[in-house]
Amino acid sequence: MTDTTYILRIENIKKAFGKNEVLKGVSLDVRKGETICFIGPSGTGKSTLLRCINQLTIPDSGKIFLNDEEVTHAGPRINYFRQKIGMVFQNFFLFDHLTAVRNVEIALLKVKKMNPKEAREKAMFELKQVGMADWADHYPAELSGGQAQRVSIARALAMDPDIMLFDEPTSALDPELTREVLEVMKKLALEGMTMLVVTHEMGFACSVANKICFMEHGHIKEQGTPAELLNNPEFERCKAFIGEFREYSQ
Amino acid sequence: MDQITFIFDIMVPAFANGLLITLALVAVTAPIGFLLGVGVACGRVYGGKGLSWLMQLYTIFFRGCPLLLLLFILYFGLPSLGIVLTPFVASVLGFIFCNSAYNSEYVRGSILSVKEGQLIAAKALGMTKNQAILNIVLPQALRRSIPGVSNEFIYLIKYSSLAYMITVIELTGASKLIATKYFAYNETFIAVAIVYLALVTITTFGANALEKKYAIPG
Repeated sequence: MTDTTYILRIENIKKAFGKNEVLKGVSLDVRKGETICFIGPSGTGKSTLLRCINQLTIPDSGKIFLNDEEVTHAGPRINYFRQKIGMVFQNFFLFDHLTAVRNVEIALLKVKKMNPKEAREKAMFELKQVGMADWADHYPAELSGGQAQRVSIARALAMDPDIMLFDEPTSALDPELTREVLEVMKKLALEGMTMLVVTHEMGFACSVANKICFMEHGHIKEQGTPAELLNNPEFERCKAFIGEFREYSQ
Repeated sequence: MDQITFIFDIMVPAFANGLLITLALVAVTAPIGFLLGVGVACGRVYGGKGLSWLMQLYTIFFRGCPLLLLLFILYFGLPSLGIVLTPFVASVLGFIFCNSAYNSEYVRGSILSVKEGQLIAAKALGMTKNQAILNIVLPQALRRSIPGVSNEFIYLIKYSSLAYMITVIELTGASKLIATKYFAYNETFIAVAIVYLALVTITTFGANALEKKYAIPG
């Protein structure tokens, strides 16, 4: 039954908050190195789906597999899987009391039990990757939104994850800062990182994603390559959604 | 007897002995009361239903019980149950209960003020709940609890005088003994009040320095 070509398998995930069914049975297989963008109206379960993958939100039913190991019902081993599943949040969630470099190294020290010298080197390396090495000794409150988000990407990358989840990584940023974060993400994608990205950045989705999933009412309504979604008439809802975006951007 | 002799031969030595006891009461109580307060706060915020409820009961009881009565129970009451405490131990025990109950509320407040995202991000990196609390939440919460905890420390300096009621001759006790013996109430009590004021002032500046030292830039 196992298919090793998929790094992540999502099987029929359901989640309700009270009477509100947010995910109504979502399944998706992700190949290594793929970038998948999730688009769609607000409140359709995109972020909840990402949070179910690393069990920050526990799904009501369904299963998640990472490298054919079950992530759901993993018990304390979930902390191992979470190291393998990097996550970047809309509001960065950098640790306010730690400098940029301490933000990146803290999990290396406390979770991976690396020695301080190695951890510092690794943290500096990751900061360099996102162009933030010069800001290593600054506190989160001293960084712009774009800088903070790049540090949070470095923090997730430092754990050497197998896949990266991006939960609206640029929604709290103005266009200029959005660009610098998208640049970093694009570079990551090109380097072969497997990425799941919830975003409203159509430009990014269309140019970087291998696959776009259009979500609505707790389902993946339509999915395909960016070209398919934009050109194929069968993907009506998605095109209408993208069209609404275009209307305003004109 | 002139004033100079009274001050230097009687008051200073008596105060010095009393002050030493007061400082000993505070020095033993404060660190334990603080750590226990942090523990109670964590139990209330992060413990399961049972632990959380138990910790709330602890806070209700020791904040609600008048401290003097608590000391009376510990010192005069417990011997009838076969537990005999020295006056000093009974005082420290009572102070620790009271101090930790109040501190737990200051710390709980500051834990709740740390944004939820901090804990979520820590978990997403693979930290266990305990690792996240110890490394991420508490360092931020404890910084914010400095004003409250130092407030409680100042109270402690002053309510440590209640130990006198169970025969610990600390600063207030020592002054009371001199005052009655030499019939010099005003001089003695004003002098001892100045000593307390000095202790509290030192604490205030210490707390300010601590707050400044651990302030998060930006």
